[in-house]
Amino acid sequence: MHNPLRSEADAFRWVVVIGIAAASVIALTLLTRPAVGVVWMALLIGFGVGFGYRAARGSLSQSVEVTRGGDGKFRLLVVANETVQGAELLGEIRDRCRDRKCEVMVVTPALAASRADHWASDIDEAIELARQRMELSLIEIRGLGLKAKGEIGDSDPNMAIEDALRVFPADEIVISTHPPERSRWLEHGVVDKARERIELPITHVVVDVSAVGTPS
Amino acid sequence: MESATVALEHGGHGHEEHHGPPEAHQSSRIDRQTLGILLFIVSEVMLFGAFFASYFFLRVVVDPPSWPPHPYELPVAVAGVNTAILVSSSFTIHYALEAIRRGNKAGLKLGLVLTWMLGLTFLFIQLNEYVHLGFSARDLGFGSIFYSLTGLHGAHVFVGLCLLTFASIRAFRGHFGPEEKDHLGVEVPGIYWHFVDVMWIVVFLTVYIL
Repeated sequence: MHNPLRSEADAFRWVVVIGIAAASVIALTLLTRPAVGVVWMALLIGFGVGFGYRAARGSLSQSVEVTRGGDGKFRLLVVANETVQGAELLGEIRDRCRDRKCEVMVVTPALAASRADHWASDIDEAIELARQRMELSLIEIRGLGLKAKGEIGDSDPNMAIEDALRVFPADEIVISTHPPERSRWLEHGVVDKARERIELPITHVVVDVSAVGTPS
Repeated sequence: MESATVALEHGGHGHEEHHGPPEAHQSSRIDRQTLGILLFIVSEVMLFGAFFASYFFLRVVVDPPSWPPHPYELPVAVAGVNTAILVSSSFTIHYALEAIRRGNKAGLKLGLVLTWMLGLTFLFIQLNEYVHLGFSARDLGFGSIFYSLTGLHGAHVFVGLCLLTFASIRAFRGHFGPEEKDHLGVEVPGIYWHFVDVMWIVVFLTVYIL
């Protein structure tokens, strides 16, 4: 879920929009009769609730603000959960960082077991599992001779990327998923949404954790 | 976002362990203070919702022959001017915040003082309206709900003015800076003030116009 009200600037925008809507209701009421104003207000409220719901669900197209480090370092943001230790992913990180002064940030979204767990904020176990995977992954990346840090992200991978970009001025993003037939992230269009919203090169890596030789 | 950060830096520091209690959850990097005021506003919306439910019950379910009941009348024009005053105060508080974001401390002070004065003017006009209305909270259900709703809002304006007073004093003492974390003392009252404005727009629409 996206919080559509995060700052005073957001609140001010709401005041302006509601003020304009109220002015139209007042004008219509004074020009016609109160019943017309009530109907118009009900329509506006319905439209507003629908818009707010879509915005909160993240269905509306929105761009993510991207900042650059500007210190000559190449920063790679890696987003993965169950596939975070995959050999394909590590290979991609190694290729991206080859012959570069590179810094890697691994974001591992904490995935709740069910929607009920998500709504009840019962995600302690999911956070712990994600943390364990991430720590092992960081050790592997460290083994490649790279500087790396990690963070547990929001259960919504796109939100986790957006959050990470606020503190990590990435140059490129790598998203790792299961193969298409088993990936919930791909089913929910995580990679497409990220490409649509973020003006950064995004690489999609498929990791088949069931394949021989891949760490589980 | 669950910000359980694990710092495993390669090089100089080696493995950096986190000690003490885990960090509180932060939702998508929102400041705790901002999240607090948002949750408070949610509870306030519910409070206003209860009063609006009473208002609509009296108006729609009891269904008096006329609204406001004869012979009472509401000063719509005065309330309209008062609405304009309060809505304009949202622009001045926003100006104050934009000013401090750019490091303009004089603009911050000007915006806060203007907002405070506009809020006080609103409250003064509302009290003046109460004096000249010609009915009290004891006169029918209409009087009760009118004074309850507008009085509840007036109380919120008063609280907002108190918050703005503290913010103004701190602004004149130079407590605020352009960094996001350095002007939360204005940001949080600003969000509250916008909420108070929006609630008045709703009160004005339902009580005075429709």
